[in-house]
Amino acid sequence: MSTSTTTTPAGSAIAPRRRRADDVAGLGTARAGIFVAPALILIGLFLLFPAIWTIWLGMTDYRLTGLQAASPEFVGLDNYVEALTDPSFWNSLWLTLVFVVASGIVGQTLIGFALAWSVRNIHGWVKALIEGLVLAAWVIPASVASFLWLVLMDRRSGTLNGLLGTDGYAWLIEHPMEAIILFNIWVGTAFSMQLFSSALSAVPPSQIESAKMVGASGWQQLRDVIIPNIKGHILTNTLLITLWTFNTFTPYLVTAGGPNGKTEILSVYIYETAIPGGQLGLGAAISLIMLLINLVIALAYIRVSRGRKKA
Amino acid sequence: MAGINATRLVKEYPGGVRGVDEVDVEIIDGEFFALLGPSGCGKTTLLRSIAGLEAISSGQLIIGDRDVTDAEPGARGVAMVFQDYALFPHMDVADNIAYPLRIKRVKRDERRATAERVGDGLSLQGLIERRPGQLSGGQQQRVALARAVATRPDVLLLDEPLSNLDARLRLEARTFLKELQRDLGVTTVFVTHDQAEALALADRIAVMKAGKLQQIGTPREVFQRPNNTFVAGFIGSNPMNLVPATVSAGSIAIGDGVSTALPPGTEDHVREGQAVVWGVRPEYLRWTTTEEPGAIAAEVSVVENLGASVLIAVNVDGHKLQVVVPEDHEPAPGDRGFVVPTGSKTLLFDAESTERIG
Repeated sequence: MSTSTTTTPAGSAIAPRRRRADDVAGLGTARAGIFVAPALILIGLFLLFPAIWTIWLGMTDYRLTGLQAASPEFVGLDNYVEALTDPSFWNSLWLTLVFVVASGIVGQTLIGFALAWSVRNIHGWVKALIEGLVLAAWVIPASVASFLWLVLMDRRSGTLNGLLGTDGYAWLIEHPMEAIILFNIWVGTAFSMQLFSSALSAVPPSQIESAKMVGASGWQQLRDVIIPNIKGHILTNTLLITLWTFNTFTPYLVTAGGPNGKTEILSVYIYETAIPGGQLGLGAAISLIMLLINLVIALAYIRVSRGRKKA
Repeated sequence: MAGINATRLVKEYPGGVRGVDEVDVEIIDGEFFALLGPSGCGKTTLLRSIAGLEAISSGQLIIGDRDVTDAEPGARGVAMVFQDYALFPHMDVADNIAYPLRIKRVKRDERRATAERVGDGLSLQGLIERRPGQLSGGQQQRVALARAVATRPDVLLLDEPLSNLDARLRLEARTFLKELQRDLGVTTVFVTHDQAEALALADRIAVMKAGKLQQIGTPREVFQRPNNTFVAGFIGSNPMNLVPATVSAGSIAIGDGVSTALPPGTEDHVREGQAVVWGVRPEYLRWTTTEEPGAIAAEVSVVENLGASVLIAVNVDGHKLQVVVPEDHEPAPGDRGFVVPTGSKTLLFDAESTERIG
């Protein structure tokens, strides 16, 4: 056991221990290790192990039922070949891209910023009301939110049809992709709004006023002062929104991937393959591909943000 | 170039609090004008009202020959330097200086040339391609000044221009500002809470308190003939001694058996028994150990060293007076002696209205 204590003079039990700079708590490695162990074990059990297990599963023909459920066989990279040569995989990836760009990057980011921008000078109950409503969409459980949208867009006696007088129009069948895009914007905009709200309040007022003093228009203030000041926030927001939207499964609760696979984004596609389809091995392989795409997005972000700091 | 004329200017906040209360002020073309007062007195609000950053509640503001009471900040011919300089961190010095020109759609080459010329004039040679983060406080301030004067404004507004600099740099910047203002001849209004700064820089000073003007005058006027006890106490590096007293038999009774002569010119404006405040600056009191005509008996309680002189606090019949004593003659605490006021430099205020008498 390596402790950071030095020899204490005999008889002075309360002599202060000298601590190493990286040992702020003064516990020593072993004792500190015991304290973190429970957390590490939990992380290993529920995060690390499943991840490794998925890699293994992805290289077997493991199925939910039947012979291969009892004794799966190692098939090497067959699952990956199958996934990458299947047009439905590429279709799903394309749908995911559309979904991420439209609902995440464009929808949530732009609407979130617009909301944050328009309430920044409002105070009192109006602001609290708007923020409360937007946040409510974010905090209510996904199952409740999706039920609300089902009720809204229901073919018979749906709220939307009632409002528009288009009784009998099946929104979720005619416009399924638009529906889940709007749904996801509705659910997730609160995050961007909150993030941009705090970013905007951190822009020094004197910089904005300096621009005003020389006659800069609202748009010029935005371009020359606000956006350069909150660039880092925009980047962070875009990364988080991209990853979250990429990985979200909630649209399944609204359209179940249908009709006819038209809203089968990648997370839904994996679920359809692995659980109802029973092909756990193939599902695991696609999961790993998805994880790799996530990593690429995150790495691209780190690159951009590093380049920004250097500049 | 233009003068500024404010008439009954009011800035009222929701809730009825007045940041600026019925202020009348005329600032002459080319003048270096100080708004002076303690924090919260409304001096910055008045400056921001002139800039157009605060909407004026009532009254009229004229710059040059234009009524700009409701004009946009960018349409007043006014430039402002903020206390924190408000440089854009993502632009280099040249882009910062030329930013007003960019808004005015001046061509890039011309902007660059102007930025370099103005920068040179403010000793920013060689720094033109740096970011604000790579500059010292004094350099940042000069960039902010350069940005403000790049468009040749009619009026230059400075919000606490020296407060973000350290003490040594402040003296340098003070001289620098005064020279710059004289060279440009631009009407300049600056806000400060430091009376020494106002006295040193300004052609005229407006002293404010609680949104109201207390006095407008040259540094000499506000120093020598303050309108009321507030201005008297606020101006001067050592606050003026203000002693409650009564007019008695043609002189001022400070306490039991202690009295001093009425300041010249006040004899006809006081009545017997009137409650007054006698004011005398510590610099205009002389400490002596020998009794002489007009001397007031006193006992030294505290001695503070000011370097070339000593500030002593003396006790005169229960009142505390401060006296500046030249070095080499300093008394010790507990010493008894006399203070002699320079008669022509003493002032008298009415105890009730606090206004100066005479």
